[in-house]
Amino acid sequence: MSKLVVVTTGPATSVQDAGRFGAQRYGLTTSGAMDRVSLAMANTLAGNSPLAAAIEIGPFATAFTARNGAVRVALSGAARAADVAGSPLLTNETALIAEGETLRLGAARNGMFSYLAIEGGIAGEPVFGSLSVNARADLGSPFPRPLQVGDALDVGTAQIAPHERALDTFDIPQAPIRVVMGPQDDEFGAACDVFLNSEWRISATSDRMGYRLEGPKVVHPGGHNIVSDGAVHGSIQVPGNGQPIVLMADHGTTGGYPKIATVISSDLGRLAQAQSGAIIRFKAVSVEDAQTEARKLAKFIHDLPGRLHPAGGSSLNLVELQKANVAGVAVNAIDEP
Amino acid sequence: MTPPRILPSGDTALAVEFGRSIDPAVNRQVLALDREVAREAVTGVTETVPTYRSLLVHYDPLRIDFATLSEKLLTLAQRPVPAQTGIRRWRVPVVYGGEHGIDLDDVARAHNISTSEVIAKHTGGDYRVAMIGFTPGFAYLGGLDPAIATPRRETPRTETPAGTISIGGVQACVQCLAAPSGWHLLGRTPVRTFHPHRDPVFLMEPGDAITFHAIKANEFASLDRAAEQGEAVAELIAS
Repeated sequence: MSKLVVVTTGPATSVQDAGRFGAQRYGLTTSGAMDRVSLAMANTLAGNSPLAAAIEIGPFATAFTARNGAVRVALSGAARAADVAGSPLLTNETALIAEGETLRLGAARNGMFSYLAIEGGIAGEPVFGSLSVNARADLGSPFPRPLQVGDALDVGTAQIAPHERALDTFDIPQAPIRVVMGPQDDEFGAACDVFLNSEWRISATSDRMGYRLEGPKVVHPGGHNIVSDGAVHGSIQVPGNGQPIVLMADHGTTGGYPKIATVISSDLGRLAQAQSGAIIRFKAVSVEDAQTEARKLAKFIHDLPGRLHPAGGSSLNLVELQKANVAGVAVNAIDEP
Repeated sequence: MTPPRILPSGDTALAVEFGRSIDPAVNRQVLALDREVAREAVTGVTETVPTYRSLLVHYDPLRIDFATLSEKLLTLAQRPVPAQTGIRRWRVPVVYGGEHGIDLDDVARAHNISTSEVIAKHTGGDYRVAMIGFTPGFAYLGGLDPAIATPRRETPRTETPAGTISIGGVQACVQCLAAPSGWHLLGRTPVRTFHPHRDPVFLMEPGDAITFHAIKANEFASLDRAAEQGEAVAELIAS
């Protein structure tokens, strides 16, 4: 195995996979990638199963050095400058980090999280089937906490491949974030219109537990304390100050604030990539429509390997790609209304 | 019996709501449906989270849709709530008062009784785990003696220790990890309801019975070490 050594990192960088399922009844949250679509793209490029463990990299500059052998990586998600020993690494392309070389990532220019997948994967001991870091519960592997400078991860050694691979990038649509109303929307009355018809600014205090929203006050006529019930990734709870909080990957499993709506699963990644200060709006859809979207997204992820093509580098490839008109395929699959 | 309400929680979960209050009868219905869902191994259900008043059912919309699952759950909920057999009962050791339970004196004063009477009422309770939530292993208990029920603190504490045994309103709890809390701290237990490096990782299940018994402050340290090493420390009595 090779090693990937952390040379520079910010506070929000950790190993994440699909998440930890089966123990929410014991108060253990799922954790897992904030943007599963980008996780799946990075893993597909690296030849891994789509929701395998990768390094989720927050918005800050980060760098890794390969040791004990070469490491092939793929980067998806937030837009940021990246280079391997001075050669640019493009988003949604694989690249080889030779032993001793360093991959440097700049701060995110657009988006919040990047996913660095490694060919051959990250070695670790799963708990409840997951390597995902949940620092509060002392869970996650190889380290039960965000990465720190000096950490060395055991990772796959790169195979000798004839050429690097690429997936077509797509722009994140600026459409409203879709929600299914409820489970407590009926208790909010007219405040549902305030919620759906307003613009919301994402607060700088947002994190992997929740995205806090700033805007007009959403009032729950019955008061903002309810007898606790279950919460999910995407639940939008409204505490006493009337400012909604979207519960994200590290959400509590139960909560005592009323929940006006729930972000649909296929829009969670897009919300996760909204930077603090960004303005978002919500749009209500039916459970049936949300489930149609979930099926479309699952198909998109399933079909990703078929969209792989050799990375650019020879003009012949670029011409071939233009002839084949593959650019935009990903956009269409994920951007339908 | 009024049928429960099915409330969508997005496209991958739904809540089966039996009531909106803390009521042991409602919680029994929740736990009974939870057992039925497990017994039936309903297709597409990935996990369940019982709470005081509702059962949250996580599911895979690629394997079952909302309407089909709702219908299935309403059918299961119509089955009579069977008398529960084979209830697991835990005896949980607690150091009361002093540095381990800094609100014991205040609770005694609030009810105009002695601290030993508070301890007697707390250890005299026959509790049930109504739900586990908030943080890993945090067990919400029903069964607190109403004579010591105490409204929550006006100012919650930003941090309370691991193993805190506290009460808030009519609720009692076994807390595992350090966490913020507005409840009144009566004592501390060395028991880890959650231990990431032990098998089992979680000791207690919703529906388990709990009793507390007082231990001396000088017994805490050795039990705490044993619990850290992975011993249950709590005694399990099948009934």
